Parts: sequence; C-alpha cells; structure tokens
Amino acid sequence: MNTDGLAVAVRGLRRSYGDRVAVDGVDLQVRTGEVVALLGPNGAGKTTTVEILEGYRRRDAGQVRVLGADPATAGAAWRARLGIVLQSTGEFDDLTVAEVVGHFAGLYPRAQDPAEVVARVGLADSGRRRTRTLSGGQKRRLDVALGIVGRPELLFLDEPTTGFDPQARREFWELIRGLAGAGTTILLTTHYLDEAEALADRVAVIAAGRIVEVAAPADLGGRRDAPAVVAWRDPAEGARRRETHTPAALVAELAAAYGGEVPGLTVSRPSLEDTYLRMIGATA
Amino acid sequence: MNALDLSWRRGRLELTQFLRSRESVVFTMAFPVIMILIFSSIFDWDLAPGVTFTQYFVSGMIATGLMTVGFQALAIQIPIERERGVLKRLRGTPMPPWAYFAGKVVLVAVIAAAETLLLVAVAVLFFGLRLPAAPGHWWTLAWVSVLGVTACTLCGIAFSSVPRSARGATAVVTPVALVLQFTSGVFVEFTRLPEWMQQVAAVFPLKWMCQGLRAVFLPDSFAALEPAGSWELGRVALVLGAWCVVGLALCLRTFRWSLDR
Repeated sequence: MNTDGLAVAVRGLRRSYGDRVAVDGVDLQVRTGEVVALLGPNGAGKTTTVEILEGYRRRDAGQVRVLGADPATAGAAWRARLGIVLQSTGEFDDLTVAEVVGHFAGLYPRAQDPAEVVARVGLADSGRRRTRTLSGGQKRRLDVALGIVGRPELLFLDEPTTGFDPQARREFWELIRGLAGAGTTILLTTHYLDEAEALADRVAVIAAGRIVEVAAPADLGGRRDAPAVVAWRDPAEGARRRETHTPAALVAELAAAYGGEVPGLTVSRPSLEDTYLRMIGATA
Repeated sequence: MNALDLSWRRGRLELTQFLRSRESVVFTMAFPVIMILIFSSIFDWDLAPGVTFTQYFVSGMIATGLMTVGFQALAIQIPIERERGVLKRLRGTPMPPWAYFAGKVVLVAVIAAAETLLLVAVAVLFFGLRLPAAPGHWWTLAWVSVLGVTACTLCGIAFSSVPRSARGATAVVTPVALVLQFTSGVFVEFTRLPEWMQQVAAVFPLKWMCQGLRAVFLPDSFAALEPAGSWELGRVALVLGAWCVVGLALCLRTFRWSLDR
C-alpha cells in the first residue's frame, strides 16, 4: 500500500463483535493537511473505525497505516504526533481545568503552553474551576484542549459537537477551521450533515460498516449533476413538478406560457440531507 | 522527561485528587483509628502481665490499614476511572503505561505512611502502646510495611480488572477484604482460629503482614505462641515477596485500559 502524502490509509478494514459485523471492508484515505468527515448514522461503524485508527481497538482484517505506522503496534513516539478527542467526555472530578491541561501538556514532548490552549478553546475564564462543575459544552472544550495540547499532526474528533447548542457549535467550528488552517490533518466523525459540509474538504459516508461514497460535500451523491426540480402551481391542474438539467430554459418557457409570473414557482436541487438519506437508505 | 519526574508528576496529581475528595480522606485516615479505639476499649485487659491487648491489635490494625489503602482503595477506584474514560484518555497520550501505576504507588505510599503514623500516635497517646526500643524491630516494621503495602498495591491494581463495572467494584472487593481480616487474625488472636482457617489465611499476604508486625510490637517471648513457635520473619519476607511478583505479573498481563473489547 503506497502511503505517500497520506496521513491515514485504510484498505479492507474489518471488525466484528461476536456475530455483529461493525466494520465490513472499509477503504479510506486522508491526505496530509486535509479535513475528512466520516458521516453516518449511529451504529454505522464510525467509532469502531476511528478507534482502530487510534490504536484502541484491534482489527480482524485489513491494512491500516496512520502517520506511516500500524496503530496496533505503534508506540509512544507515534502517539505524541496524534491528538484524540474521544466520543465520551472524560471526567476529572476535583481537579481544575488548568491542572488537567497542564498535566497532559507534561506528557507530550512538544506541548503548547497550557494557558494558551485553555484560552484557545474558550475556557480562559474557567481555568481555576474544578472540572466536575463544568457544563457539558465546557467539558467538551476541555476534551478538545487535551486533544490539541500536544500539537498533533493528526487530530481525531469523534462526534465532537454532540449536545452543543447552535452558538457553541459555530464557535467550535471556528476552532477546528483554525487548526485546519494551521496545517493539522483532521479526521472527524459526525452525524450532523451541516457539520460535515461546514468543515470537511471531503466527506466519507459510512453505513452498515461500509463506505458508501467519498466526495467533496458539493459533489456528494452526484449532487452537483443531479437534475433540478422545478415546481409550480397550474391554475387548472394544481401542483406540477418536473425534473430537468436545464431549469433556466424551463422557467423561461413557463414564464412565456403564463405570460409573466409563474404561480408558486420554486427551483431546487436535492439538499445534502436528501442525498445523504438516499445514500444510507440504499444500504441500510 | 525521566522516569522519576514522570512518576512524581503522576503521583502529585493523584494526591491532589485524593486530598480534594474529603470523604475518602476522612474514611481512609479515620477507619483504622476508629477500629483501634473500639477494640482497645472492649478488650481492656492484659494478654500477659504488662502486655495489653492493644499491643496485639495494633499490628493487625496497621496491616489492615495498609491493605485498605493499597488493595481495597485501588481495586475500587481504578474501575471508576476506567468507567469514566480517564484510563482510555491517558492511554491515548505518549505516557508510558507504567507511569500510571507509578502514580498510584506514590499515592499509596504517602497515604499509608500518614495513616500508619496517625494510628500509632493514637495508640501510644490513648492506649499506652509501647513502641519497640531495639533498632532491629524498627527495621522489621519498615520492611514488613513496605513489602506488605507493595504486595497489596500490586494486587489491588491487578484485582481492579475483575469487577465488570465501577458500581460492582465495592461489592466485589469489600467482602474479600473483610474475610481476609477475620481469617488473618486482625480481630481475633490468630492461634484461636480453626486450623483449616489458619491454613487458608496463610496463602494470602495479610496473615504474614500481621505476623511480621507482631514481631515488632510484642515481646520476644510471644513468638512461642505463633503457629510455628517463632515469628518466621524469613517466611514473611518470602511470602510477601512472592505476592509482589504474582501481583506484578497479573498487572502486566490482565490490566484493562477500557471497557471496550
């Protein structure tokens, strides 16, 4: 497997838990410096895949290279180049935010200044607070702080914004864009379409343990080339709709036919959500 | 960062966390003291002229205290940390796995020393415990305690992989500790126990810790009352040392960093 320029290279990855096949032949590549979203419904195999890449879980079959190493056997020097934000939030009880981040910084060879990291994730005012007293969103920020304190080349984010309010999600996205802008390679899992669309260079849709498609958000499911739907209301026949690759021509035609405005006119392309639901519906 | 620095960093974090949890501080520190208060008050007669019951119990209480902070506390606390994802998170960093254990060792060592000191001080001040005069006895106290607490700590870490959940941990660990205390002669003079019970207890470290510590606090003439007619200090060292080896091997082979398969 040629892994030049690839932060993550996966081929034929499989993993079962007893009779249940969680990951069923996943192929995936993440180029260095790229942001890739692994998008899929709950139980699609996102976390199993990512945790195999992180070195937490063993695999039944397949080739896996993460930063040039096999996660199943890679050591401390390899882990120093990774940042991991797990799906579940860690709890540190009575320790303060500054203490926890400071401690983790001490575990990495090239760590960032802990106070800077705390400020960067928006917890500057909470540095002295005990982690037990943080809100859900603040705990998640702490998770991210621990994920980035070691200056990772590759950052894994497993459903990072689940449970965030819209405002917090926007702020979080800015943080991720900042990291990506600075050259960090990012692989995130999410079941939010808008998150994948907002952050990812490419989206890998996973359903029932298989990658259904990998594409830029705008190209997903042939969306860019999909026919537009023109809908209007005919005074005599009621609601009408037609799929076409030349919507402008159709609208001009209709405008001529109705002598000006077309009643109830809409022109739409399938949304990412439509495309996504069709894709996971086809295999689920 | 060298190994010593890292161990100390981990240990300091563990201690900070421990000291901020008031319940565990009070329970860990006060439990052996309360036990000696109760037992020395109930059994307020002498074992032999000039030798109080306290002189016997204190060895069992010290041993129990060491087992509580080493074995019981870790076997309950580690499953909680495992369930909360703290272990998994640490495993994702470049930290070598042994550093986690080293932090626990520092934690246990500091608490064990503080708690033993408190226990002995209370026994001396309120129940007339007589401290040994000979330096040899102090040396015995030191090595039995260190070897005993090491064995307990390693077994505690190893045992922490047994409970399936954090909630189950207390239920699994507490009876083990309690049964060992009764069968190892902590509450009752060891030689009064049925012989089969003595033999079962002799497999486990607590019996040998108690016996080693009795050599420190009881007059030498009492050695004749032991099952073997002597303090058997060589065997004490051997059994505790063996448990350290077994515990370490189990730690390395069976320790689980997360609940995932």
